[in-house]
Amino acid sequence: MNKNTSASVLLNGILKENPVLVLILGTCPTLATTTTVDGAFGMGIAAMAVLICSNVFISLLRKVIPESMRIPCYIVIIAGFVTIVKMLVQAFLPDLYVTLGVYLDLITVNCIILGRAEMFANKNPVVASALDGIGMGLGFTLALTLMSTIREVFGAASFAGIAIPFLENYKIEFFTKAPGGLVVYGLLIALIYVVTHGRAPVKKSFSCEGCPNAGTCHGAACEKKGAES
Amino acid sequence: MDVKVLIVILLSAVFVDNYVLSRFLGICPFLGVSKKIDQAVGMGVAVTMVMLLATAVTWPIQYYVLNTLNLGYLQNIAFILVIATLVQILELLLKKFSPSLYKGLGVYLPLITTNCAVLGVTINNIIDGYNFLESMVSSLGCGLGFLLAMVLFSGLRSKINDSKVPAPFRGLAVTLIAASFISLAFMGFSGIVENIFA
Repeated sequence: MNKNTSASVLLNGILKENPVLVLILGTCPTLATTTTVDGAFGMGIAAMAVLICSNVFISLLRKVIPESMRIPCYIVIIAGFVTIVKMLVQAFLPDLYVTLGVYLDLITVNCIILGRAEMFANKNPVVASALDGIGMGLGFTLALTLMSTIREVFGAASFAGIAIPFLENYKIEFFTKAPGGLVVYGLLIALIYVVTHGRAPVKKSFSCEGCPNAGTCHGAACEKKGAES
Repeated sequence: MDVKVLIVILLSAVFVDNYVLSRFLGICPFLGVSKKIDQAVGMGVAVTMVMLLATAVTWPIQYYVLNTLNLGYLQNIAFILVIATLVQILELLLKKFSPSLYKGLGVYLPLITTNCAVLGVTINNIIDGYNFLESMVSSLGCGLGFLLAMVLFSGLRSKINDSKVPAPFRGLAVTLIAASFISLAFMGFSGIVENIFA
């Protein structure tokens, strides 16, 4: 545990192991909720709240939950916290509740949360797990905000709902549509490769490493290593 | 029962509101298991099956258990538990009674528990206020749409593997951009289905 000092655990999630841009987890909300900065930021914070709570809780229970039943246990814990967060958002931020819609429920099956439970919280003490949750949550929020900024500024000529007058006549509506999201995500991943001169450990493709289901499927569904390059 | 309504629900679920390409649900298996066409078909069929079964169970639970007991807020927990259990049972049954089918589909089943498309479709059916039959048709449409997207995309990916891609785009970046082109093609369907009987 010497290597994992608090600061490095925290920074790990924001930069080195950014869940969205490096680990490529949680792709669904990343693509679906980044049409507006408001929605993306709200999604990031909501997921962060669930992630911190579930990380702490799973870490507390890590010696109680039997190995073979861990995935269902984790899912129930996560679904519980998602319900709490959903009710809080519905009560205090009704606009955000409408914007996010079903994606708020789908935080339950967000791979980041289950993935961190599998990869970190079930083998680390409570404080480290909480820090990991904060770091990963911030990394998720930052990546989502970055992506939504690109999409909203170029696609709708506004930032967080505030219009940008000089871009008014140059809206590229493509960016706010579904294909635009995929393109922006692809370009961001390519950009990270360029900026880091290929040193960033961006996953080349989906492989069993890091897949939260790897323990249950024994690598049967995906090829052992990302052979494609 | 108006058959036209059902056809519109089915076609719009497959083409217009395609779960993968326009609603971004189930992106992980879409990118992960679409390298070969047989894998894509296996995953697509398994997802369709689980979607249908999950809807057949969750719809009555929502309307006859949760709503009558005023427990609507437990929807999320109840649904995910149902899906997880269902997937486990299906896996056990396939293993026991149809080893050949298990070999083809079974390996994809554990991946489906955390597939957001399945939870998404069951919740969306409730949000859209569909009755039981409409819910089943919408689930079938979503499953078929998922299958269609997977098969189309696996074809495109084999082309990508044979071509020279600039270094920064290699791997996931070019895959996402290719997915965007398929998504763009599907956008062409919008507006067609709603007016099909007009």
